[in-house]
Amino acid sequence: MRYLPLTPADRSSMLATIGAASIDDLFIDVPPEARLSAPIAGLSFHQPEQDVERHMAGLARKNLTASDVPFFLGAGAYKHHIPASVDHLIQRGEFLTAYTPYQPEIAQGTLQVLFEFQTQVARLFGCDVANASMYDGSTACWEAIGMARRITKRSQVVLSSGLHPHYVSVAQTMARFTGDTLNIALPALEAQTDEARLLASIDDTTSCVVVQYPDILGRIADLTPLAEKAHAHGALLIAVVTEPVALGAIKSPGEMDADIVVGEGQSLGVGLQFGGPYVGLFACKEKFVRQMPGRLCGETVDASGKRGFVLTLSTREQHIRREKATSNICTNSGLCALAFSIHMTLLGEKGLRRLAEINHANACVLADRLSAINGVRLVNTSFFNEFALQLPKPARPVVRALAERGLLGGVSLARLYPQAPAVENGLLVAATETATQQDIEAFALALAEELA
Amino acid sequence: MNALNRSGWKPEVNGASEDAPLTFTGNRALMLEEKLIFEIGDRETSGVDFASTVAAAPRLSVLARSAPINLPGLSEPETVRHYTRLSRQNYGIDLGFFPLGSCTMKHNPRLNEKMARLPGFADIHPLAPVDSVQGALAVVWELAEWLKALTNMPAVAMSPKAGAHGELCGVLAIRAALEARGDARSVVLVPESAHGTNPATAAFAGYAVENIPATPEGRVDLAALTARLGPDVAAVMITNPNTCGLFERDLKTISDAVHAAGGFVYCDGANFNAIVGRVRPGDLGVDAMHINLHKTFSTPHGGGGPGSGPVVLSAALAPYAPLPFVEKHGDAFVLIEEESAQNHHAGTFGRMVAFHGQMGMFTRALTYILSHGADGLRQVAEDAVLNANYILRSLEDTLDAPFATSGPCMHEALFSDHGMADGFSTLDIAKGLIDEGFHPMTVYFPLVVHGAMLIEPTETEGKVALDQFIGALRSVAVRGKAGDPLLKTAPHFAPRQRLDETLAARSPKLVWKD
Repeated sequence: MRYLPLTPADRSSMLATIGAASIDDLFIDVPPEARLSAPIAGLSFHQPEQDVERHMAGLARKNLTASDVPFFLGAGAYKHHIPASVDHLIQRGEFLTAYTPYQPEIAQGTLQVLFEFQTQVARLFGCDVANASMYDGSTACWEAIGMARRITKRSQVVLSSGLHPHYVSVAQTMARFTGDTLNIALPALEAQTDEARLLASIDDTTSCVVVQYPDILGRIADLTPLAEKAHAHGALLIAVVTEPVALGAIKSPGEMDADIVVGEGQSLGVGLQFGGPYVGLFACKEKFVRQMPGRLCGETVDASGKRGFVLTLSTREQHIRREKATSNICTNSGLCALAFSIHMTLLGEKGLRRLAEINHANACVLADRLSAINGVRLVNTSFFNEFALQLPKPARPVVRALAERGLLGGVSLARLYPQAPAVENGLLVAATETATQQDIEAFALALAEELA
Repeated sequence: MNALNRSGWKPEVNGASEDAPLTFTGNRALMLEEKLIFEIGDRETSGVDFASTVAAAPRLSVLARSAPINLPGLSEPETVRHYTRLSRQNYGIDLGFFPLGSCTMKHNPRLNEKMARLPGFADIHPLAPVDSVQGALAVVWELAEWLKALTNMPAVAMSPKAGAHGELCGVLAIRAALEARGDARSVVLVPESAHGTNPATAAFAGYAVENIPATPEGRVDLAALTARLGPDVAAVMITNPNTCGLFERDLKTISDAVHAAGGFVYCDGANFNAIVGRVRPGDLGVDAMHINLHKTFSTPHGGGGPGSGPVVLSAALAPYAPLPFVEKHGDAFVLIEEESAQNHHAGTFGRMVAFHGQMGMFTRALTYILSHGADGLRQVAEDAVLNANYILRSLEDTLDAPFATSGPCMHEALFSDHGMADGFSTLDIAKGLIDEGFHPMTVYFPLVVHGAMLIEPTETEGKVALDQFIGALRSVAVRGKAGDPLLKTAPHFAPRQRLDETLAARSPKLVWKD
């Protein structure tokens, strides 16, 4: 077995050192009825690399790879070009095979990266501070709701109908157990968000208002009125960003006085990977930092006065506080945070803004091209790289038919809102820098044919 | 000077020893310092080129960005050098022995990385039509089948993102099952040796947490536990093998007692590496157990994640499993989401994550499992346990081993700092090991042992590596007993000396300010 260095002679001599007659003696504390005397039946035995590779490659070939076809899916996961150096650098063994930096003297690499990552996220979101990352955007979102409960000591939560429905589902799951009450609604295929409903729902019992920006339909709405009303009633504004590239083109939520800004960082440095692993982003105002969940990296000095970094404020965390911790989270999404940070460093401000510009330009071309098709209506008056269309018939079969033609043409709202026939003609479409003019033309022609 | 010195490193005199010259850069040959990107980059530099594209009338509403973000950029060569230099200030498994107890820092096979990067896995969207991702669903299915077979459990929830998230999944399933039968229970029992995530998870799920003491031999106190059982106890959370490195002999008895009292048994599977292929938790009456794919099945730890924590479930809990999950209908794989769940999975407690869990970790773990097979996985457990016992018996003459007479250890050996000179403790031993070129063991955990040192060698270390570590730890322990002042200031040869954690917490600097 290629991964096991012990030889039979090693095993014998080590058993002799231990004073055991056989390996079975070391499992003597297992009750006899639970001891397995042989490998579990019905499972395959060990295989050489090439056999495993053949099997896995066979499964991979059964999937329609995004880069092989015209591709326009988004809805919380976006296809961006990842510079080659990102994947090279995250595969360095010193990053890949390190652990959570509990021994800071020999983990300054990871720690400095986290400090840089926290700063990048905080600046991108327009916040004072950010943590070292969460599992993904959806878990970051419900952790933010929990944080608002701890800060305000209230449990009434108002969710925008423009919040990703899976994020809503995750929040609903957790609310069942935490006792939060969620005020939710389904989105309508309209250019205006449900800002009026949110404003009307905020009162002195409200813990927080949760708004996605841009929202699930791609709409971009000013968060300032919500921040003002929330703050007037002692509530917090939580903004959720599922496409961080957008912030290269539009104002950050922090600039509009959001208290906590969370997001999904997959767009930068992290591939689609069928939904995970991704990286949750979590930032807030400085005054709330001690109620934050997750790992935090901070600057300090070593015994000789040199600058260095450590994990800090760990008295919030489970390994110290146990049942009184701010969260049960133990890991972060370290390697994905590294990928995010490297990609952001490669881009820099200039690159990020240019990337955002191209995304938006492609989306504008696509929106104009698709909304010119007979019977297709563009829902949005504002968008970044994703928008909603209303088709003349249910979108889900159209998406499936397009896939059969080898074209991945968006996400149907029926997939996201199976219980909402009112939006079943809705189609979410995203165009990033990876969409070519030929892709856009192919999509437009195919969609026109499917709707004809 | 700055013009010559684009790396940004300012010469400093600190750290020079008496017999070595100061350097202009502050570097010491291969020991290279690296400034922050905020000190060496600028807003106008970018390491990415873009094609020109058509201009369009923007549709950004009135919210088009006007203010700068203040994000520095670097060219590609500068970027590669920045992160390469930082990487060299890290210790990783690839570099050496990493015996961090309870964390299972085993070798990460590169085949796993290669398979996860196949475009058919790495470049597919979570919401692509299910007919276009049948191979991905097959990976989830095949891995689920292995996990069920290895644990003898009938169901598995694949979506939890890490071990602690898996714990939450298990406890929420328990609470949903209790609610479904109208049984309001309020207490979860947790042994005092448990990982901190256990009580944190139970508290999150709305339970009061009560500690169960350990016996002097390092196992759960069966009598105390059974005495506490009653109609208010929802569940017992037990780690097996436990955090003292011992197998909980009485787990089946405990399970039977808990079930008789109407509760459920949650097993923390962090230490599954010790028993994979030799013991199936389902045979011990467990109702739920998370499996850290990043421990037992060798997906890389990545400097603190991403992990992956699928949870195997008993028949009693399976109906409450979270969405989404994969079923096989004939030759086709079907994704059960909110829509289809309505019809035949109405008991689900809901969704825990936006998409399907850590697919990138599933491909790695399945690759690892297929490489080992049923025979190889059994050998994994045997070698892991053999290595740990070899360390325990080789060092018990030098270091205090509080449970050395409690039977063989499983995959980790536990020592205390009893016997060190006044003022010397586990921390000093750990820092001394850094100078010897090793990553330290887990320190001060479990809490039931004073100055705990928990050593988990894993099966991917050979005898030569173990012997070298044993020799080094013995040497450091002898220095600790003798009160060697140079141990008190270790490490001396790491990129940094001991860091001031009090300062970091007292006035937190969490972001760079220009």
